[in-house]
Amino acid sequence: MEGRIDRDTTWPEISFEERIGTAEFRIHERAHIVVNGDSCRGCSTRECVVACPANLFVPTSDGGILFNYENCFECGTCYLVCNKEGAISWTYPEGGFGIVFHRT
Amino acid sequence: MTDFDFDVIVVGAGPAGSCAAIAAARAGRSVVLLERGPFPGSKNMYGGVVYPRILDELVPEWWTTAPIQRWVTRRSTMILSERSSVTIDYRSDDWGRPPHNGATAYRPDFDNWLAGEAVAAGARLVCSTTVTGLLRDASGRTIGVRTDRPDGELRAPVVIACDGVNSFLAKEAGLYGSTDPANFTLGVKETLAFDRETIEERFNVRDDHGVDIEILGGTSGVNGGGFVYTNRDTVSIGCVLKLPKLAAQSKRPEEIIAGLKAHPSIAPLVEGGRVIEYSAHVIPEAGLSMMPKMVADGLLVAGDAAALCLAAGIWLEGVNFAMASGMYAGRSAAAAVAKGDVSTRGLATYTEMLESTFVLKDHRRLRHIPELVLSDRVQQKYPTFVTAVMERLFRVDNPSPKPGLRRIVREERKRAGIRARDLLRDGWKGMRGFG
Repeated sequence: MEGRIDRDTTWPEISFEERIGTAEFRIHERAHIVVNGDSCRGCSTRECVVACPANLFVPTSDGGILFNYENCFECGTCYLVCNKEGAISWTYPEGGFGIVFHRT
Repeated sequence: MTDFDFDVIVVGAGPAGSCAAIAAARAGRSVVLLERGPFPGSKNMYGGVVYPRILDELVPEWWTTAPIQRWVTRRSTMILSERSSVTIDYRSDDWGRPPHNGATAYRPDFDNWLAGEAVAAGARLVCSTTVTGLLRDASGRTIGVRTDRPDGELRAPVVIACDGVNSFLAKEAGLYGSTDPANFTLGVKETLAFDRETIEERFNVRDDHGVDIEILGGTSGVNGGGFVYTNRDTVSIGCVLKLPKLAAQSKRPEEIIAGLKAHPSIAPLVEGGRVIEYSAHVIPEAGLSMMPKMVADGLLVAGDAAALCLAAGIWLEGVNFAMASGMYAGRSAAAAVAKGDVSTRGLATYTEMLESTFVLKDHRRLRHIPELVLSDRVQQKYPTFVTAVMERLFRVDNPSPKPGLRRIVREERKRAGIRARDLLRDGWKGMRGFG
């Protein structure tokens, strides 16, 4: 992805990995969000894929969703936009774990 | 008879929770303040400005100790079309001096400082502890909380839920109706590093003065808005995006920020800034229409957990509503415990305090504004219309004579696809809504 500025010059946007690497995540071994793959396979709208600011929902070639809880901002966007009852089980991570903001 | 560990349990050490703890502790009650992050503020981000006037009541001369970044002395509202912009820019040097108005601050610093005030007032702060649910007696009255600590149950006659926008406690207690994603926006932000001189030159400020720019348009057609504001040696830029609109199109949040950064009116401000932190948070934006019941037996709700966030066009406030509602909740809880009546009736003073102050008065007055501001016409058509009118006004098209203002407005309104009656209706709604 490239950001385009005036005068038709461009500057390189950072990769998503670099972007997410600027945030601190203290990762606990328990997944605080669990995605039910069966519900996702029947889902054609896939709101979570575009809306999750941490890009944690990745469509797989077999029509499912690959989900990774580790770099999660704990914002709640995914369960709020999801149309499938019970597809996303959402809790907060263990105390002291998860996202740690600093200059926000 | 239940054995209580504390008089008041406050869940969440954000601005609502810390002010609740300060108020209840000052009233002589024993208070525990639970925070799931490793330190207060570690889970919090926002769109940039805190207006701490209400703190005059709790922390006199707060400006001498609060960890602020810059005092906001320039407040701009910007309307962006594809390649142009119109800005209303208010500037006051006085806001740079005590007692100040608004300030930019990093929430992990500010919230941590405010929680320190709660500790100084006598509250016990316990971090790295996630509350997993309410303890309730047979009648449904809240009598404490369950935490993820071993033997982690805590009991108190009153629990104040300041557990943020997702408030699982308020939902568990049945205080919310069904959740509508249309009531929420996603806020995403980049913190960009610069040296101080660059910031002060680009934003035309000096010393510890700063700028807050709120933006309509520039969000790639997703209803919402943008913001740019200055910190000491960083600039924060971000977008607020209405959830159903975001989910129904194909641009990701960080791509929408990239689009805003690339806008010809924004790029000169942020060009060359290195991203040092990317962050995201959900915002309750629908105001009065989405608010839960604030009181149940043994339970009060404050701050974002009570949807007390004001997203009303020229006013975008939340931390002040959190601090005030927390303070009133703390006072009400302390008085109810002292009286020995922590039922809904005994805690009703909380709602009365909210109703008689700006907390609900502002929300009531501006109740139709959030919907208007996020409506398709205001978001998709008016920015083009307004900037086009300005362009025609300022363009010198000699040898053609200047067109009259009425003709410009009529032509540009039609070009933007706005019906006269809709424009009048929205104008009337705005006039009435802003009271």
